[in-house]
Amino acid sequence: MRETYGQTLLELGRESTDIVALDADLSRSTMTQLFAREFPGRFFDCGIAEQNMVGIAAGLAASGKVPFASTFAVFALGRCFDQVRMSIAQPGLNVKLVASHGGISVGEDGTSHHAIEDLALIGSLPGFTVIIPADAIETAQAVRVAAASYGPFYIRLCRPRTPLVYNHDYSFNLGKAVTIRQGESATVIAIGLMVAEALKAAENLEREGINCRVLNMPTLKPIDEVAIINAAAETGAIVTAEEHLEHGGLGSEVAQRIARHYPVPMEFIAVKDTYTKSGKPGELLQRCGLTAKYIEQAVRSTVKRKVTQAV
Amino acid sequence: MSLSKSGDALSKTSAGTNQAEAFSLSASMMEMEAMAKKLRRHIITMTGKAGSGHPGGSLSAVEIVTALYFKLLRHKPLDPKWSDRDRFILSKGHAAPLLYATLAECGYFPVDELTTLRQLDSRLQGHTDRTVTPGVEMSAGALGQGLSFAIGVALAGRLNLQSYRVYVLLGDGECDEGQVWEAAMAAAHFKVDNLVAIVDNNRQQIDGWNRDVMNLDPFNKKWQAFGWHVIEVDGHDLAQLIDASDQAKLIKGQPTVIIAHTIKGKGVSFMENNPDFHGKAPDAKQVEIALRELD
Ligand SMILES: Cc1ncc(C[n+]2csc(CCOP(=O)(O)OP(=O)(O)O)c2C)c(N)n1
Repeated sequence: MRETYGQTLLELGRESTDIVALDADLSRSTMTQLFAREFPGRFFDCGIAEQNMVGIAAGLAASGKVPFASTFAVFALGRCFDQVRMSIAQPGLNVKLVASHGGISVGEDGTSHHAIEDLALIGSLPGFTVIIPADAIETAQAVRVAAASYGPFYIRLCRPRTPLVYNHDYSFNLGKAVTIRQGESATVIAIGLMVAEALKAAENLEREGINCRVLNMPTLKPIDEVAIINAAAETGAIVTAEEHLEHGGLGSEVAQRIARHYPVPMEFIAVKDTYTKSGKPGELLQRCGLTAKYIEQAVRSTVKRKVTQAV
Repeated sequence: MSLSKSGDALSKTSAGTNQAEAFSLSASMMEMEAMAKKLRRHIITMTGKAGSGHPGGSLSAVEIVTALYFKLLRHKPLDPKWSDRDRFILSKGHAAPLLYATLAECGYFPVDELTTLRQLDSRLQGHTDRTVTPGVEMSAGALGQGLSFAIGVALAGRLNLQSYRVYVLLGDGECDEGQVWEAAMAAAHFKVDNLVAIVDNNRQQIDGWNRDVMNLDPFNKKWQAFGWHVIEVDGHDLAQLIDASDQAKLIKGQPTVIIAHTIKGKGVSFMENNPDFHGKAPDAKQVEIALRELD
């Protein structure tokens, strides 16, 4: 994902001189270094000063440039929420925040580096488009769409290499959910890393006779309400899966739509109200209940509630 | 370019050979002094009418903003988004009444509109908002962000090979914010010499004198140490402000900061050096007294 971001940004830079990139001393990790090497004059390493980076990006955007500003997800919002709010969101400036190292799959770096609040923070800001790609193919396309669309964007990437969910003929559609797997018994709506887990879960459930639909919701904001309502109407049970706190992320967003338009049983695969510790990404995902196994349990439970509620 | 009805005391430079000059308002000293007084009266009446707002930090920066808009900046009030305009960025967004009065007097919008300050549906928001007010470059209000924004604007000018200059006004209290110093370091590192920061050094913030709340001294040495060219002036002396800005144009390879020594509440006896009027509007009686003093 990160390599793909760096590569795509570099290509965008070759296509337009208006593309500029900023980083805060993490260009080797966010992979903006690929752009920096070829376009040193259009790359601004702001040092370990994220608030200033966000402000400079806003000024560049206000003057016609298309800035991509990158750092880790914990810092992009945790460190500069006020700057993102006032300098970018309120005036609706054309800044693209691409945050790497989202979620807990950051792993061994531990609590301080686990970004589990970023989606709640960014989701609270009017006017921001929020994208969480599921794999490298989607990342490349999302970055291109962000560059081509006016307005503030937040794109959240994760650290580990992710399995490909899509084929190369996939076409990312801003604001649209993608049905990756058809099914009628229940729907798992997933983002990021959890999409691959949701697919695994669906395969396992198939053997039990539970036909699970899998929806990827790459655009968290504006969210695809129609796809959510259809999933509720057609499958009668919803499970959300995300690498984020249960509060304020995908689960909350989906639940609001379900409550308003089509109440059905729901379960939430997410980090419960707690901080996480150091560990290997896989161990942490396991510890927090963010794996196929837990998605399967959640699906079974919603399907059961669906039946009992119907009786 | 036409000036607003109350701006007709000023004459536009008639025939600049270079296009840039043709758009500066280039007022005479006397005209600017009269304008400064007029802006002070606006600040009083606007905040008085609104019943809230920030007169103190607006009054202290009157000469700074007057020198910029009526002498130094190349701008087109009837074409606020002209891409080669010099930029004025108000980082201390609470001085909005001063900026609005100035923009109106330049002809960006009608002077009559000033009485709508802070009202529902007004284009004149309590703190500056670039999405609604013609001529406002930055949405501000949360302090500490303007210098960073200004660096971005200055870098874009450099990348686009545009010759505009960027002026950003900071409060001294605002310089308590860490982001200001992140930006100060970055401006020097990126050698943005088309950027001038002006600090309205009225030595007060909300809770009192800077030295009691959070000491900034030695202020000029701090800027110097961060790699800036520092000029100190009497911030109520138009000639000194203009000289300093002209001098800044000659400084290459580093940014310039003008530390403008001012008096908070300047021009109204009971507001001068009185932090009570930082964020409090004068009542009807006080408006009357203030306007008499500013006659
Ligand atoms: C981030 C932030 N913190 C607090 C405030 C509240 N506030 C508004 S003005 C002000 C004092 C500003 O002092 P200074 O920069 O010296 O401005 P001046 O005295 O020139 O008005 C404060 C604390 C704010 N607007 N933004």
